[in-house]
This record gives sequence, structure tokens and C-alpha cells, in this order.
Amino acid sequence: MKVALFATCLTDTFFPETARAVVRLLERLDCSVEFPLDQTCCGQMHFNTGYREHSKPLARKYTDVFGSYDYVVAPSGSCAGMVREVHPTLGESPPRTFELAEFLVDVLGVTDVGAWFPHRVTYHPTCHSLRMLGVGDKPLALLRAVKALDLVELPDATQCCGFGGTFAVKNAETSTAMLADKMRCVLDTGAEVVSAGDNSCLMHIGGGLSRLRTGVRPVHLAEILASTEEDPWLATR
Amino acid sequence: MINSAAREEILQRIRNAKVPAAPQTVRGYNQTGPGGVELFAERVADYRAIVHVVSDVPEALALLKGKRIVAPQGLPAEWLIDGVTWLHEPLTIGELDQADGVLTGCAVAIADTGTIVLDGGEGQGRRALTLLPDYHLCVVRQDQIAASVPEALRRLEPTRPLTFISGPSATSDIELNRVEGVHGPRTLEVLIVT
Amino acid sequence: MARNPVTWLGSPTFPKAAREALQDTQLRQNLRKATGTIRGRREAAVAEMTDWEMLRVAGEQIKDDVLARLDTLLVQLEETVTARGGVVHWARDAEEANRIVLDLCRAEQADEVVKVKSMATAEIGLNEALEAGGVRAIETDLAELIVQLGDDRPSHILVPAIHRNRSEIREIFQRRMGIEVSDEPADLAEAARVYLREKFLTTKVAISGANFAVADTGSIVVLESEGNGRMCLTLPDTLITVMGIEKLVPTWQDLEVFLQLLPRSSTAERMNPYTSVWTGVTPGDGPQRFHLVLIDNGRTATLMDSVGRQALRCIRCSACLNVCPVYERTGGKSYGSVYPGPIGAILTPQLVGDMHDPQAASLPYASSLCGACFEVCPVRIDIPSVLTHLRAEVVEAKGRTPESVAMAAAAWIFREASRYEKAQKAGSLARFLARDGKITSLPWPGSRWTSSRDVPAPPAESFRSWWRKNRCQE
Repeated sequence: MKVALFATCLTDTFFPETARAVVRLLERLDCSVEFPLDQTCCGQMHFNTGYREHSKPLARKYTDVFGSYDYVVAPSGSCAGMVREVHPTLGESPPRTFELAEFLVDVLGVTDVGAWFPHRVTYHPTCHSLRMLGVGDKPLALLRAVKALDLVELPDATQCCGFGGTFAVKNAETSTAMLADKMRCVLDTGAEVVSAGDNSCLMHIGGGLSRLRTGVRPVHLAEILASTEEDPWLATR
Repeated sequence: MINSAAREEILQRIRNAKVPAAPQTVRGYNQTGPGGVELFAERVADYRAIVHVVSDVPEALALLKGKRIVAPQGLPAEWLIDGVTWLHEPLTIGELDQADGVLTGCAVAIADTGTIVLDGGEGQGRRALTLLPDYHLCVVRQDQIAASVPEALRRLEPTRPLTFISGPSATSDIELNRVEGVHGPRTLEVLIVT
Repeated sequence: MARNPVTWLGSPTFPKAAREALQDTQLRQNLRKATGTIRGRREAAVAEMTDWEMLRVAGEQIKDDVLARLDTLLVQLEETVTARGGVVHWARDAEEANRIVLDLCRAEQADEVVKVKSMATAEIGLNEALEAGGVRAIETDLAELIVQLGDDRPSHILVPAIHRNRSEIREIFQRRMGIEVSDEPADLAEAARVYLREKFLTTKVAISGANFAVADTGSIVVLESEGNGRMCLTLPDTLITVMGIEKLVPTWQDLEVFLQLLPRSSTAERMNPYTSVWTGVTPGDGPQRFHLVLIDNGRTATLMDSVGRQALRCIRCSACLNVCPVYERTGGKSYGSVYPGPIGAILTPQLVGDMHDPQAASLPYASSLCGACFEVCPVRIDIPSVLTHLRAEVVEAKGRTPESVAMAAAAWIFREASRYEKAQKAGSLARFLARDGKITSLPWPGSRWTSSRDVPAPPAESFRSWWRKNRCQE
């Protein structure tokens, strides 16, 4: 199956290991992955901050770049949500775009992707995967099938971590208060790794955990699923 | 007194908004439900009201003996048992405030929500009668129990003064927890007649 | 035009007000406890309903129909209310509404009125206007009474004193009622009962809001819990009801939807203790003079906005406040308006109608767009979409700002992959700011991030440059 990877600007620029993990994972599952080099950003930051007009050419560009693909996969619930739910309101007919977990479970029909990850992990369902895309328990099903992984439930999991794009700087104190509660829940689980399907939220949660020197690592779901006994995940952040 | 300029301006502004017509409302929700005496009794009791299922009303009314009870017009004569001081209209606000309680029938009841509806008809009286006394005993006939809210509304005449009662007076205003007993009757007792 | 009193004069912008509120540990504890309790209970009350989603859809459709036929339905309501002995008044704004109510009170020679909790009267600042006109308004809802006696401001739509815990309420009651009382909720409720009893029995004029008005019958509906509503709606000689023009439902049957949606969404009950329905005047039962004041106060302006108008579906249940992670931490007063929380963030700026007002313009940004509000809204108001829509209006109103320049530059970069790649490479130089793989301090505006969060050092190589090296054959 031919799949286009929409890396998202944040992951492409700051978290290349996540995008490489998606490639590894999808190729392991017999997909042929293409990365159109013309891609940039879905326009979410602009749209959500009120710069709707600036987001329009970016939505147009997305359709131009990915329009010929049957399947586009993004390692981000919020960028996939932007494409699927918002691009049509900007006059676009975007190609079918999936968040990674839904692509694996719904399109490829797998929950056991043959991964191995010998760590204690807790999972934060990001708001846009949860409420915009309705990804539900799919990421948890994928994690449960990972060998050697000790999955611990995150208390108050569905509460927002406080990232919210430019909210994190425009309302920095409120964002930090939300983050503080999320971090407390993460720490309560005793997990070594906090995972999520969005690097944006992970950057926020991980940034807070790093500031407090908690030693808990943020790891994108794709990196866990890509990890195998032969070729295990290595900490990069 | 009526400001017709304001009226015209508001209506004109609404028309200027040119809001498109809405789709026909889809009433796909439940019109009825399991209903029944048992469900109604259970749901009324959930509000911490006192519930009895009885077959003989006058006998059950013995619990009122020795009390001064407001009797709205139209109560069945056999309910006015001996041993109770019955207070009849006309009654002042002060007299209602001093009464020990009030006995009424009802117009409709709702099993799903444990609600009693009064409409000011026979045996219910004007609204103040069931408001000022601190105790309300309400008799509900089995055939008056509608299964659901939609069913109950169909049985009611909307232009009568209606009071929907679900348990005794309560408040959620302190830490969002329900506490029974504020301004309305603090005790609600329900006799369901089968 | 006079300013709309829906926002409190002199309120700081949301981020500033929130910063201060976040320092109040007692407030945060009170809110966490109260919203946590109600969230769980609402979920249980809704889970019981197999047809909840169908009810939500019907609620949305009925309200959309009201907005589409608002002129016709209002005229119909006026006819039905008038036919049953009521008098209908129309007010374009707060000032006009307040004047109507004050004149009605004066005509009754009332220097004191009892009030049922009403968002509409809070929105127009009626109590203050009456006070200025020599009429004292006594709030009879327990939470409103707590706010009034505490010389405080409301912080929640349903429970205006949600920011107060039982011991704070006890302190207010002891100080203002001159009584000894415990902090048991039942004792506090009893104190309110005793305090207000005589007022109910003697006051001649009552003022209420309305949850619903049924156009085809002229019936007005008020839902409440304590019985203070029944007292006000039943005992006085004169009843004045102040209602936003959008509070209509077309038919009696439509109430079957809202009487199921509202109690479960607001207090998490199958049904609230008391619902009163009255139609004009009933001889021999209740007030013999009834006035209905219909207020616009920014609603018709809101109606003009094809995206924003869905805020007018709101039935004031507060479910969105109770699930909002921002509200839970900042409390309602940070929103500077009688309508706080997610619904307030979209309703208040629209009623104000001026995105040049910095306080109102800050409200659409008071959200992380997590979407929890939309999920629980009984009339399916897509609050996140309205928030981004209003943000676009704010951006347009503000014109050229440092932010807009930066956003324009970013958009220009993103429009071409080659420019984007160059920016990536330039940005990756920031890794020289990093120590141990992270950046702990950035200059403004990055400092707004690094004040509480580290930034990972940019990698030496972006994904695309890795892809180019490893996967491109040419």
C-alpha cells in the first residue's frame, strides 16, 4: 500500500526521530512510504490563532502536495484534525488523512505491530485525537500489544495538558497550571515514559517534566511502535 | 408605556440577519419508557422523598392525625378523615405559613424522572397551598403516572399554572452537592394508589 | 451608545486576571472540588439516557429553528402572552430594559423587590440600576444571596458562589445576618430560609428571568431547586420577567426536549426539584399583574454572524464551565463578565460587539481548544469553532501588531518549501543555545514558554534533510 507521510512542520523540524519511526513502522507493515518534499505546514497555528487568511494558502498547498495520494498519515492528531475538519471549511477537499493510530487500526487492521519496548509507559490521549478525530482507545490497544511494555493508566487522562498552541504563551500561567496537574498525574503513575500521539503536547509535557528534572521521558507513540528487540528505541531527548 | 420603536427596531434587525431556515426537527429520542409504579416509586425515593404504595387512601391518611392540614377544594370527601384539623380556603398567607402541611392529589406524574405535576385543578388548589406549608403529602393514582417527560407533557394543559415537583426543596449551591430543604416544603411524602 | 454592562467596568484582560486568580490556592481548591463532583455526576446522569445524542440533536434543531423564525415567534409570543393578560415590553439595550423595570416598580410604589436568579438581569446590571433608582433588589437564590451578602461578583452561571466553600459561606452569613451558624450545608440552607421567609411573605413585586418561553401558548418556564423561585412567582401581586429574545421555543411539545436536557446537564439531576410554568395571569392564583420584558442587548448583532449565532442556542446549563480545564483553574471572575467559561468566551465578546475592547477581545483566547465543552453541550454549540472564528475577528480589529507581522512572515515561509527549509537550517543554529540537549531560557516572547518549560534543542538534522540524504536517489 502506498502511503504519503505528512511529517508536520513541528516533527520535521524538532523531532525527526518520530518521522523516521513512522517510516520504519509503516515499511515493516509492508507499506511503501513517500515523503513529498514540497510539504510544509497544515496552517493550524495560523488558523487557531485567528490568522485564517494566512492559513488558506497553506491548506491549498496541502491539497496540492498530497492530493494525488489515497492515504496520508500524520504522526499528529491535531494536524490530522486540522486537515480533516478545518480544511474543508477553507474551501479545500483534502485527501484522506489519518492520525497514525487510526491508520494502523482502521486502515491496516492491525493492533499488534510486532513492537518491543521494555519500559513502564503511561499514555496521554491528546484532545484533538480524542475529541476531533474520535481516535478513542486505539492507541491503547496498540500499546497493549507491545511486548515487554508495562502500560499504566494515567489518572484524569482526558484532561487537557494545557498546550493549546499559542495558548501556551498567550495564557502562559493558565497553561502552566494545567501542565502542573498533568505532570502530577504522570508522576503518580511511576512511569518512565509518557507517550502521546502529538509531539506538540509532548513538547509541552516533556518540557515541564524536564524543567523539574523528573527523569520521565516524553516518547511519541510512533517511536514505541517502531521499536523492536533487534532494533530498539534509543533515547534522543 | 410600550416602546414600539424598540419593538420595530429589534424585529427589523432580526429580519436583516436573514438566518436561513433550519432543518425539520428530528424527534428520534424516546417518546415513552418502561414506566410503572415501581420505577416511579424508586425515582421519587431517590430524591429522598417518602414513598408509600397503598390501596386504601383514607387508611393511609391516618399518618396525618393530630395535625393541621390544608385541604384544597375538590379533595375526595373520604380523604377528609376524622382526627385531622382540616384547613379550608379562603386561607391567608399567614395561615398557610402556620399550617402543619398540605394534602393534594396531582394532575400527572412522571415515572422516568420521579416527578409530580400539579395544575391547580380539583384537589390541588392554587400554587401557594403547596408552597408555604413545610410538609406536602401528595396522592398519585397509578393511572396518572406517565412513563416519560414527552408523555407527561402531552397530558398537560400548558396554559394552566403548572408546578413540576421532583422531591423536596433542595439546593446544589454549596460546593455543588445536593442538600434537601430550603424554601419549599422540606418534606415530601407520596402515596401511590394501586 | 452606552457600554454593555455584560462585562464589568475596569476588568483586566483575561491573561492578567487569570494570573492573579491562579495565585489563590483556596479558590483553586474550591473549584477543583466542586467541578470535579459535578463532572462525575453529570456523566452518570447522562449515561442513563440511551437517547441522549438524539435529544442533543433535537435541542440544536429546535433552537436553530427559533433563530431562523425569531421575528415571527416573538410576535406570536407577544400575542399569546397579551391574550392571557400579560403585558409585553421590548428593550434594545440594558439601559432601556432597566428603565422599563424601574418604571414598573415605581408604578407599584415598591421600594423593595424579591428576585429569582436570572442571567438576563445580571447581564443588564438591573440590581445596580434599581438601587440607583431607589429600589432595593433582594436576591433569593442561595448562591446569589451569598454573592450579594459578600459584596462579591458571580463566578458561575448556575452556582454564582461556586468559588466559595462552606466555611467561607458561614463567615459571610454570620457577619451579614448577625447569627451563629455551623458550616453544615443543611444549616446554611436553613439560615437562608429563615432570613428570606418574611421577605417572601410581604414583598409585593418580584423579578424573574425565564428559562423558556413557549411561543404558541405564551407559557413561561422557570427551573429551580430551592423553592425561592416558586415563592417569587406565586406570592407577590406583580411579577416582572426579564428575558433574552432568544429564550423561545416554538411549541409546548418542544419543552419535552429541554426538560430532559437541562437538569441533567446543569445539576446532574433527572429533574430539578421545581419547575414553574405560567401563562399570563391566572385569576385567583399567583400575581395578578404580569410584565414580560424582552431584551436584545447585543443579541440581534450576534444573530447577524453566521458562525457566532449558534451561541444563542445556549440554555445556560453550565456544563461547559464544569468540564473546562481553563475555567477550573482560573475561576469565573477572570472572564470579567456575568457569562464566564467557554460559553462566556464566545457569548460575551459578541454581546459587547466591539473587538477593539481589549478585555472582550482577550476572551476568545481563553481556551486551549481542547473541545471538552462541545462534547457536553446539550444544544451542540461548537464552541471551539466559534472561538477560532472570533479570534479571526480580533486579529482583523487589531490590525498590524508585532504578532501579526510575525505570523505573516511565518505564513510566507510556509508557503514555499525552499524558504521553509532555509528557515529550518537557520533555526537549527539555536541548538548552540542548548545545554544537555535542552534550552532553558529564551528571550521574549520565547520566555513566555521557557518560564515553566524547557525547549528541546533543535536536532542537527531535520527529518527532510535525513530523507533527502537517505531516501532520494537523484
